[in-house]
Amino acid sequence: MTVDHALICNLLAEYGALLDAAEYDKWLGLFADACRYVIVPRENHDRGLSAGLIYCDNRAMLEDRIMALREANKYNIHTDRHVIGLPRLIIADGPLIEAPFMVYQTDQEGATQLFATGLYRDRLELVGHDLKIRDKLVLLDTFAVPTLLATPL
Amino acid sequence: MMVTDKIWPTLDYSRVPYRLYHDAEIYEREQRRIFEGPVWNYLGLDAEIPNPGDFRATYLGEIPVVFNRDQSGVVHAFVNRCAHRGALVRRELAGNAREHICIYHQWCYGLDGRLTAIPFRRGIRGKGGLDPSFDMGAHRLRPLRLDTIGSAIFGTLAEDAEPLEDFLGPPIIAQIGRLFARPVQVLGYNRQRIRANWKLYAENTRDNYHASLLHEFLLTFGLDRSTQKGGVTMDGRHRHNITWAEADSDTADFAYEAYSDAHIRNDYLSLQQPDLVAFRRERNDNLNLVVTSVFPSSVFVQISNSLAIRQIRPRGVDEFEVFQTMLGYAHDAPDMIDHRLRQANLVGPAGLVSMEDGEAIEIAHRATKPAPDRTSVIELGGAGVISDRDYRVTDVPLRGFWSYYAELLGIEPAGAVR
Repeated sequence: MTVDHALICNLLAEYGALLDAAEYDKWLGLFADACRYVIVPRENHDRGLSAGLIYCDNRAMLEDRIMALREANKYNIHTDRHVIGLPRLIIADGPLIEAPFMVYQTDQEGATQLFATGLYRDRLELVGHDLKIRDKLVLLDTFAVPTLLATPL
Repeated sequence: MMVTDKIWPTLDYSRVPYRLYHDAEIYEREQRRIFEGPVWNYLGLDAEIPNPGDFRATYLGEIPVVFNRDQSGVVHAFVNRCAHRGALVRRELAGNAREHICIYHQWCYGLDGRLTAIPFRRGIRGKGGLDPSFDMGAHRLRPLRLDTIGSAIFGTLAEDAEPLEDFLGPPIIAQIGRLFARPVQVLGYNRQRIRANWKLYAENTRDNYHASLLHEFLLTFGLDRSTQKGGVTMDGRHRHNITWAEADSDTADFAYEAYSDAHIRNDYLSLQQPDLVAFRRERNDNLNLVVTSVFPSSVFVQISNSLAIRQIRPRGVDEFEVFQTMLGYAHDAPDMIDHRLRQANLVGPAGLVSMEDGEAIEIAHRATKPAPDRTSVIELGGAGVISDRDYRVTDVPLRGFWSYYAELLGIEPAGAVR
């Protein structure tokens, strides 16, 4: 079954907007019940190495990550702004898509820096009428991470 | 202002002037006297260059270095700077090659760093080129002395450096040997650029006091608490340090009482996926946290079952990179590899028990910059003579770091307490 391209664009638009608004529960709602979320430095991916910066190979781990962010972790006080490029359909069935992204970070005093750029490689699936993320690989070009990485990309 | 031995307000290094994190002249002196000085730096792993011709780029301080394996299997390392005009010879970070050729004028070096060929050496039709007396043998890539512990390759640029074994001392050798008791494999790398002076990170890895206070995850999810059996163990000269703790060596009640003064949660939330913090014992000891800091800039880390080596790479007085190599053992079962990949979530720039360091170090750098003559206070576990502790609420190894730092920089005060 072919998924409407507009549906994919809507999902990505929601994805970025929810992260930028720090609406992490709603963001988790974009993932399928059985899901995977990993951020892998490009230097590892290109060499066939598996280690990621964030490596959640099931939904429970992803929810734990968000709980830790709220309850335990301390990080630079900032806001994120995701700029997600047009998705490209790799495999229609599924579907598998790729989309480039940039994330800018702005600190409390209004100074902005490009924090990260890279590529999303997402395996999506239709659950009823909703498109959900089953497997998201964040392929990180900016693998010399500025300061630290706390909020998801 | 020239920095002298008068810079220390106390003789036991319990006060460190903030100037030492911000002064460009001091930074230059560190590069020469420490990183080019009589210390041994972790460069990389034997396992990263298994085949003849395999090479990797690394750093010694800010100095670019390449290490590689020659055709007969011998490992060499040299400064990655052409003997001709000073350009990087090898631009790639890793690969396999028969020789190293500088792109600028194609001066060519063997895998032992010797200069093997120069284009137009005799000129063209007898005109130009180098004088026949030019000595190829005198123009090679500057070599490093190498030695290894397990798979870990250490290098030094100082001809007068003591042997690696003496530099590290028995407790450090034992800990690094413990990490490399079995052949390792690389699971991946991660990098973090922190806008602060590199020594703030060298201090951080020796600071047992901050761990469960800054990294609340440790306590909140019951991974590690200062009430566990643990301590700090240094080499004879206190320049290196092992921060260690044993699993399951305290009780929840004891911890609850001890942390009642700290403004952090200690109600032990539980993870849906407790495997993230579960310690699988893999040796004949119960150590679940071992952070071995080798002066000046190498750190060997075991946190639960995540294994890593960190290199602190200075990038000017105001920035450094932490380059971290994540390890497993070559013969790990697939399930153990999965466990290590999950536990890699604990460390690195997004690490659940490490991300805070980036922030803490940057805010320390930022706030100390306008106050060069003010000092930090390093007195946890007591001031005075520097020695090992069998408890965790201590930062004594920071004073050990500074004592050797002062010696190398030539600013050790008369009557220093070490």
